[in-house]
Parts: sequence; structure tokens; C-alpha cells
Amino acid sequence: MKAIITVIGRDQVGIMYGVSGVLQRLGVNIEDVTQTIMQEYFTMLMLVRIDEEKATLRQVSDALNELGEEKGLSIRVQKEEIFDTMHKI
Amino acid sequence: MAIYKDIMETIHMLEKEHLDIRTTTMGISLLDCFGRDHKESARRVYDKITRLAQNLVTTADSVGDEYGIQIVNKRISVTPIALANASTTEEWLLYAHALDDAAKAVGVDIIGGFSALVHKGCTVSDESFIEAIPYALAETTNMCSSINLGSTRSGINLDAVKKMGPMIKKTAYLTRDTNSFGCAKFVAFANAVEDNPFMAGAFHGVGEAENVINVGVSGPGVVKTALQGLDHATADEIAETIKQTAFKITRAGQLIGREVSARLGIPFGILDLSLAPTPAIGDSVAEILEVMGLERCGAHGSTAALAMLTDAVKKGGIMASGHVGGLSGAFIPVSEDNRMIAAAEDGCLTFDKLEAMTSVCSVGLDMIAIPGDTPDDTISAMIADEAAIGVINNKTTAVRVIPVYGMKAGDTADWGGLFGSSPVMEVNQFDSSRFIQRGGRIPAPVHSFKN
Repeated sequence: MKAIITVIGRDQVGIMYGVSGVLQRLGVNIEDVTQTIMQEYFTMLMLVRIDEEKATLRQVSDALNELGEEKGLSIRVQKEEIFDTMHKI
Repeated sequence: MAIYKDIMETIHMLEKEHLDIRTTTMGISLLDCFGRDHKESARRVYDKITRLAQNLVTTADSVGDEYGIQIVNKRISVTPIALANASTTEEWLLYAHALDDAAKAVGVDIIGGFSALVHKGCTVSDESFIEAIPYALAETTNMCSSINLGSTRSGINLDAVKKMGPMIKKTAYLTRDTNSFGCAKFVAFANAVEDNPFMAGAFHGVGEAENVINVGVSGPGVVKTALQGLDHATADEIAETIKQTAFKITRAGQLIGREVSARLGIPFGILDLSLAPTPAIGDSVAEILEVMGLERCGAHGSTAALAMLTDAVKKGGIMASGHVGGLSGAFIPVSEDNRMIAAAEDGCLTFDKLEAMTSVCSVGLDMIAIPGDTPDDTISAMIADEAAIGVINNKTTAVRVIPVYGMKAGDTADWGGLFGSSPVMEVNQFDSSRFIQRGGRIPAPVHSFKN
């Protein structure tokens, strides 16, 4: 299942490391990443593929939320289709 | 990467602009539940609703989680209960309690369908049903009621309209402890639609399937933000922007609706794209009119701006979904829209201006607090006026006014939560009773010679 992960928060050392660590642990493959700093906020978007035999979207989302709370980041995991349908005819 | 720009736009809509799925409403036919023994029938009603809707809330919540869009309300609409053919208030109350208890048992916010369709005439059973409505609204918490009093095909049933004033006042009295909140759960319609997912007026029409999922999407905040910054845009450019925004919102709703319906194994009915405000800051329809360039909602120009908004929303929505239905447009409930409340408090938005605006919005006079001593016939006359706008213009109109017991113009009635609060608005003091008391039927309008 393809999902989009968005990470927004104050820039700090180790965001990428933290997020990719959680994903590695749950067997989630990162297919594309883009990141930028907007008005001193770190903004990262990831396109990932979740292997449902290893973890459900809910588990990935819960694990990342835990990380988000620890580091003060807003992390969302959403199925990719929502973005496709809203912006394509 | 264009796709990432789109993703950020969506995230922004979700985080800052209150984009949400306002409601997932399960329509349930109860035609097979009604029999001669009303106690038994009410039990069957309860059993059928709790059986079919048992997973509605959990399914909707998990779909919402996965896509990252909150489904704010989970609701149920049922076949108009007046078809149960009962004859006493006690019997009707059995059904009211069955609906209310079932709604609580499955955890939905509201159940709609304590309704009657009397646009051409009342049966004996309908008459007893109307008498039971105030008690049903006073004794239940999660149940809504509606009546259809007119249609473009059949005219307006003035005999039934005449009964509305006393009925609404009685409801106001019976629920006087909660600022007459019972009246906020009742809508008087003309041209009611059978697949509306929004409350208080939702019911599952007799022309509908056994079981269906309808979805209501909102998002006034998203439209407002899209229009901000278009300071020098012409009306056409504004309309185009609204249309494109409505398209995106509707697509999100369509995806969520289809997913909920697939997981529950229940057919997807319609998607209703209505800009429905909530009292939250930034979730206001009136604010869209302000961004368009009106100092306050209710100023001259409001009707034109609202007409353009409603039409553009429909155009965008229709393109985006296979089945757009319900009411689709813009709601203007006074107490649920913080900028509309402000306009009413300033004296900019009056009852009469609201009536004019209802001729182009998607429904009608909605969530308006009026003085508690407003005469019965004056309330019936408001309903007659609103029905006439709907019947002549071939659109749905509705009245949800709350004559707040013990309050007068200028006081403020607060109902809390999504229902908000409203200043009690002044109404016309002149008498309408001789006209209303005539009763009878206003004939169906001619469908040609439209001027």
C-alpha cells in the first residue's frame, strides 16, 4: 500500500534519522523523499510503500506519532489516493 | 515535484482550513418494520437499525484515520415514520424512543426521519403524528424531525402549514429548560429531498433503496482561503476559483464515501457538497461573502454574492462526483456561523434579508432565534413564505426557527456545541392570522411563462 508521510515541525538534528529508523523497523520502504525549510519549519514529504504483511498503516501511524510527540513534530500518514483524487481529473 | 505542491495544499486544507467530511449518513428503509402492533413494530425498527448500523461509527472512524480526513458526524436517516400509520401520541412515542435508543446504541450523533410528507394533504395518521412531534422532540435527545409541506408539483398544503405555528410553539414550551432546543431539531420543508444527509432534515425517502450510504462534505474555510488574495479578481474569476475548490473538496468526499460504503458492503448513494458552517473560527459561510467584498453578511449585495457562491459550488461538485445529490450548495444557519452571528448582532443581518438570501442558498431560514411570544400564525406565515419561495422557484426550502421561550428580541440564546448561539431576531409585528387561518391548499404553480 502506498502512503504519504508528512513531517512538519521545528528544525532539529536527527528528524530524518528518527523517521527512517521507525520505517526501517516496520519494514516500510521509502520510495521518494523531499524536504525543505519553510519559515524555519522543517517540512518533509515521503512517498512510502507499506508491506501489509509486516505492518498496517495504523501501526506505522502510531509509531510515528509516538516519535512526533517525543520530538515535537506533527507527523501524518495518509493513503496516497486522497492526494491523487483531489488534484487529478 | 508538482505532486508535492498538491500534497502540501491538501495538508494545509486539513490543518488550517477545517476541511472535513461533515457527515456519513446511513439511510435505512423501515418499510418492512411497520405493522399493526406498534409496540412490536417499534421493536423491529430498533432491531433493524442497530443491526445494520452497528459498524457504521467504527468503520467511518478508521477510514477517516487512514486517509487523514476526519468524518465529524456519523448519522442515520430512516423512512418517514409517519408511514407507520399509528394514531395516538403514545404510539408515535414508541417509535420516537426506538429511533433515539437505536441511535444511542450504535453511537451515532443524530438520527433523522421522524418525518411526514404531507405536501398535498394529511391522512388521519399524519394529523396525529403532527400532534405527537412536540412530545417526541422533548422526550428524545438524538432524534430529528421534519415535515414536507409543499412541492412544485402539488402546491402548498396550507392546512398543514397552519398547524406548524402551534406545534413549534408547543415544542418551544416543552423544551423551555434548554432554550427551546427542541425546535432546533425540527425542520419544515418544501420540496424536501429524499437523500439529504444533513440534519435536521434527513430522511430516507420511499423511493430509495433498502440501505445506502450518503456523504455530506463541507469546507467553507477552504473556499474562503482560496479567495483570499484575489483582491482584484473579477466575479468570473472568483466563481472559477470557488468551482475548482469545490471540485477538490468533493473528490475527497467521494473517495471517503465510496470507501466507507465498500467496507460496510452497502451501496453508495449520493454525495452532498454543501458549505455548512460551524461556530469554529474560520469555518464560516458569511466570511466568504466578506472576503468577496461585503463589509458584513446581510449588506446589499449579499444575495448576489451568495447566489454566485451556491452556483459555483454546485458546478464544481457535479463535475467531481458521479452522484451529487441532497441539497448541495451553501447553508446559512445563523447560530452556527460566527460571522453571521456578528452580522445579526450588528443589526446588519435582519430576518427579511435572510429570507431574501434563502431564495438562492441551498435551503432556507435556518437556526434563527425569534422572540418566544411570536404569535403561532406568524410562525406559520414565515413557513408559508419560505415554502412559496421553494415551490415557485423549484428548489428546496426549509424553516428552522426557534421561538425561545421567555426571550425577547435582543436577548441571546445559547445551545452549545455545533448548534452555537444566536441573538434573538426581531420579527414583523403585523398580523398574518386571517390569511393563515383560511387553510386549504395553495395550487401548484404553472411551469411555463417563467418571469
